[in-house]
Amino acid sequence: MLVSYKWLKEYLDLSVPVDQLAEKIERTAVEVDGVVRPDAGLKKIVVGKILSMENHPDSDHLHVCQVDIGEDEPAQIVCGAPNVAVGKKVIVAEHGARIANNEKIKRSKMRGVVSNGMLCGLDEIGIDKNVVPKEWSNGIYFLPDDAKVGDDVYSYIGMDDELIDLDVTPNRGDMLSMYGTAHELAAIYDLPLNLDHPDLTENGTKRTSELINATVDDQIAPNFNVRVLTNVKVQSSPLWLQIRLWNAGIKPINNVVDATNYIMLKYGQPMHAYDYDKLSGHQLVVRQAKAGEQLKTLNENDNELVADDIVVADADKPVALAGVMGGFDSQVTNDTTTIVLESATFDSVKVRKTAQRHLIHTDASQRFERGVDHASVREALDAAAEIIAKDGNAEVQSEIVTASDDHLEPTVVRTSASRINQVLGTSLTTDEISSIFERLGFKVAEFNGDYTVTVPVRRWDIHIPADLFEEVARIYGYDNIPSTLPLSRTTVGRLTEKQSLIRKTRAVLEGAGLTHAISYSLTSADKAASFMMRDSVATELSFPMSSDHTTLRMNLLSGLLTDVAYNQARSVNNVALYEQGRVFYKDADDQVRPTEVEHVAGTITGSLTADAWDHRATEPDFYQVKGIADLLLAELNVAGDVEYQATDQYPDMHPGRTANVYVHGHLVGFVGQIHPNIAKQYKIKPTYGFEFDLQKLIDMPKQDQQAKVISKYPSVSRDIAMLVDKTVTNHQIVEVIKKRGGAFLTNVHLFDIFEGKGIPAGKKSVAYSLTYQNKHDTMVDDDVNKAFEKVTKALQDEFNVTIR
Amino acid sequence: MSLKDELSRIHDDGLKAIQNATDIKTIRENIKVKLLGKKGPITKALRGIKDLSVDERPKVGSYANKIRDDIQTALDAKISELEAKKLNKQLAAEKIDVTLPGTPVAKGHPHVIQSIIDEITDLFLGMGYEVLSGPEVEEDKYNFEMMNLPKNHPARDMQDTFYITDEILMRTQTSPMQARTLEKHDFSQGPLKMISPGVVYRRDTDDQTHSHQFHQVEGMVVAENITMSDLKGTLELLTHELFGQKFNVRLRPSYFPFTEPSVEADITCFNCMGKGCNVCKGSGWIEVLGAGMIHPNVLRNAGVDPEKYTGFAFGLGPDRLAMLKYGVTDIRDFYLNDVRFLSQFN
Repeated sequence: MLVSYKWLKEYLDLSVPVDQLAEKIERTAVEVDGVVRPDAGLKKIVVGKILSMENHPDSDHLHVCQVDIGEDEPAQIVCGAPNVAVGKKVIVAEHGARIANNEKIKRSKMRGVVSNGMLCGLDEIGIDKNVVPKEWSNGIYFLPDDAKVGDDVYSYIGMDDELIDLDVTPNRGDMLSMYGTAHELAAIYDLPLNLDHPDLTENGTKRTSELINATVDDQIAPNFNVRVLTNVKVQSSPLWLQIRLWNAGIKPINNVVDATNYIMLKYGQPMHAYDYDKLSGHQLVVRQAKAGEQLKTLNENDNELVADDIVVADADKPVALAGVMGGFDSQVTNDTTTIVLESATFDSVKVRKTAQRHLIHTDASQRFERGVDHASVREALDAAAEIIAKDGNAEVQSEIVTASDDHLEPTVVRTSASRINQVLGTSLTTDEISSIFERLGFKVAEFNGDYTVTVPVRRWDIHIPADLFEEVARIYGYDNIPSTLPLSRTTVGRLTEKQSLIRKTRAVLEGAGLTHAISYSLTSADKAASFMMRDSVATELSFPMSSDHTTLRMNLLSGLLTDVAYNQARSVNNVALYEQGRVFYKDADDQVRPTEVEHVAGTITGSLTADAWDHRATEPDFYQVKGIADLLLAELNVAGDVEYQATDQYPDMHPGRTANVYVHGHLVGFVGQIHPNIAKQYKIKPTYGFEFDLQKLIDMPKQDQQAKVISKYPSVSRDIAMLVDKTVTNHQIVEVIKKRGGAFLTNVHLFDIFEGKGIPAGKKSVAYSLTYQNKHDTMVDDDVNKAFEKVTKALQDEFNVTIR
Repeated sequence: MSLKDELSRIHDDGLKAIQNATDIKTIRENIKVKLLGKKGPITKALRGIKDLSVDERPKVGSYANKIRDDIQTALDAKISELEAKKLNKQLAAEKIDVTLPGTPVAKGHPHVIQSIIDEITDLFLGMGYEVLSGPEVEEDKYNFEMMNLPKNHPARDMQDTFYITDEILMRTQTSPMQARTLEKHDFSQGPLKMISPGVVYRRDTDDQTHSHQFHQVEGMVVAENITMSDLKGTLELLTHELFGQKFNVRLRPSYFPFTEPSVEADITCFNCMGKGCNVCKGSGWIEVLGAGMIHPNVLRNAGVDPEKYTGFAFGLGPDRLAMLKYGVTDIRDFYLNDVRFLSQFN
């Protein structure tokens, strides 16, 4: 809400500079989005009087005007506005002026005729086009006749004001009004308030109830009041009122609509005026809509209503979306002579739902959603009637017709000084606390530090002691509250084993050259269900925003591939990423919440390190990612043998270059090449990856970290090279070597593998280095030779190898 | 020629030869062997001592020894000199261009949001907080109802929600961890002090400042006599530790259904250090987190007596902090994982 500082000053004696005021409001009440000075940046814009005008010799629409701007000679200004007329007081941007958007006005020639400035419309000097009254929307603006020629124009049209833009939190609906804001500032600055109240003369001859009948569902409208005004002359509002509206961002329409909007700004009470003669049966009914009913609203939208909508209807049909927007057909027009003025409260939830359903969010709905002051509903009605009676020469018929009134009572809240100080950490005296409540306009009874506080209806946000603590805290000032740290029993702060292992996982993978990526957990249905390590039902959003984010992921790899694709599309070809995050599994459709499982995955495409003068970039391969997987498993210290088994079970992975990883017989993840078809779909180069169920690794038993004695005795090694069938795996060979290697075999190391030239078809040459060591004695050659022979023989027997 | 004169001559000639030598090999193989070897003149001379008189023997003997030592010393010195020369020559030849780039080492980078979360986590661990993580797919009950946001509460509109069913949703905040933790905590074992970092989701269209997925860190302390001033002190400490002593904290009233009083905390603008600029819209302050004293309804909903226990809670956004701290202008950068972006942070 834009609050006019000038207007505010009518209610309390404030003189602080507006920036200080804004800062104070922000620190004490609600956020301030900014301070607007409508005349900021404007220069040399003055009142002028058009003394004479002639048609431009070379134009069919331009006029050459002689304009008195308070100088010795009139200024000659060429003007193209259709409404330019002799004798009018106008807005003149002189030579050297700055107008809206920092545009500079200079002396110039328009089709050969000198023009010493520009005659302006309101929008041209910075008043938002959307709030310029219709009559001034196409042409220059006429200032009041008594405007003094040569004066700056700003004060005549309210541009010398300062507007504070309040961002009111949902609980402080009371501050969506001048009166509410004035109450708040009176409390903040401890100032007396000077609010005015209507003094309405009911000068009509009829009773309102003779003219109109109102019935309401008081679940929808706890308060509903109407007045009828007759013989209304619908015309433009006086300038002062128009200024208040346009400075608040509301477009002046006519004296009836403007009066309701003005009262809304002043009291926070949204109102509506109906054309009495358009109301069938001369009655108003507040009710739920009937499904299928039609209502054209003021924004000229045709709305088909549902039964949950709330409406104000006449005898036949809805005439307003209750609390949201009036109907088009019953609006007040220039032909209207009799109006029904409504001041009501509507249920906040029902208004909110109705507004949401029809996507109509108005100043009225915003206020009803946050609540309005139930205590001033009728005063607001009188205040609006008073203005319309005056500006529209209308007759106000006697008495208000009240269809509902909830007679809301002030709230009584009990608390104590000690509790207040205990919660806030302050040491305020009862005098200080009482004074704060009094400044807020709350009635206080205090006895021995116990408080009974009576909160006026206009502060409907306050119900419980905690609400009062907040009032004390903010009026006392958060700056004045001491700074302390919680004093309590010592607690141990440490990461759990799971948290530590997750951190370690990140450190290991970053050390191995992979960068931490965070991808979206919500992904497409296809991606969510790819690279699945287990069966799972997908978890889907009921109303997704886009098809890219419909389903919770059941793997991390698809997210990483999306990232790889993003990079490669930008010519970043070396991409090594990992992600640690959750996947979401469901065993069955009726599982309420999915199980959230920590996973870790990585991908490498291109080279881990860039090409350099002393170093060639290498293409990734299976063994590179396997190496990283090995490293991770080793660093996580899981106990048990790690085994890689070739698998073709993943449709998204290369069937010949993928392995399941087992630890102690348990499947924990897989490594391999992304299937070329999938890579093609993602538009990425050959990519290798792995994905682990990190939770399983975390839950697995861990190896004891115990020191082993390093043998003092030297080790001996023997190399064996052999030709073997290509189909025999490294794993098979190593198993045989280990099985037959004897007690002193400590390590088997593959150091060469070769196929092709010089090797018979179907064979490969492999070479291992076997290390023997006796912890307690020096190995004797004889023993080593014997053990080595056994291995050689076993390999010959098992795989028919040819020793080379 | 007397033996002594003979030795003198050997001495002078020997030193001259050593002086003139230019390579180690010559010295070792020729000069050394020639002069000091078994067949060398000194050995020979020493053998001749026996022919001298008893008086002369010791004199000549010690003279001979002296000469041998002199020659040895001269040899050693020459050899060192030549070795040093040779080494210097080699080192000079081995000179490289040290300005050539180093061999690349594969290096991954931490995600900047993770780094901020870790930093915050470590700070609170140091103060005895436990670190908890909760489900990202949450029950309406924990995300909203127990947090004092019953169905139809207007504040639910502040957080557009991804629903999975009527009762199950993507958590919109880490605050449900308040309810989950309060429900379980045994206050006889001491105060409840926790932080809970995690991923949250909002039904937002992704743009420069909105992301349907982002992070939050929830913090909460509940015990007897926890005060608003404890909250203030904690937030000040967090700010000073995370950003530095130059940064100040400003608390402002705000509104959250699960805290009362509720505040928003602003810190000194990173860009202008409080002078006022377009980043902070001229105010000198940047909003970084929401906090407050836990609403009695939240405590009560979780079975904690709000008369006996009080507590504070805060929630901050690592994404926003990272954007402010590192000048990131588009939140989507955190989730698109462009390695050129990610590898800027270490």
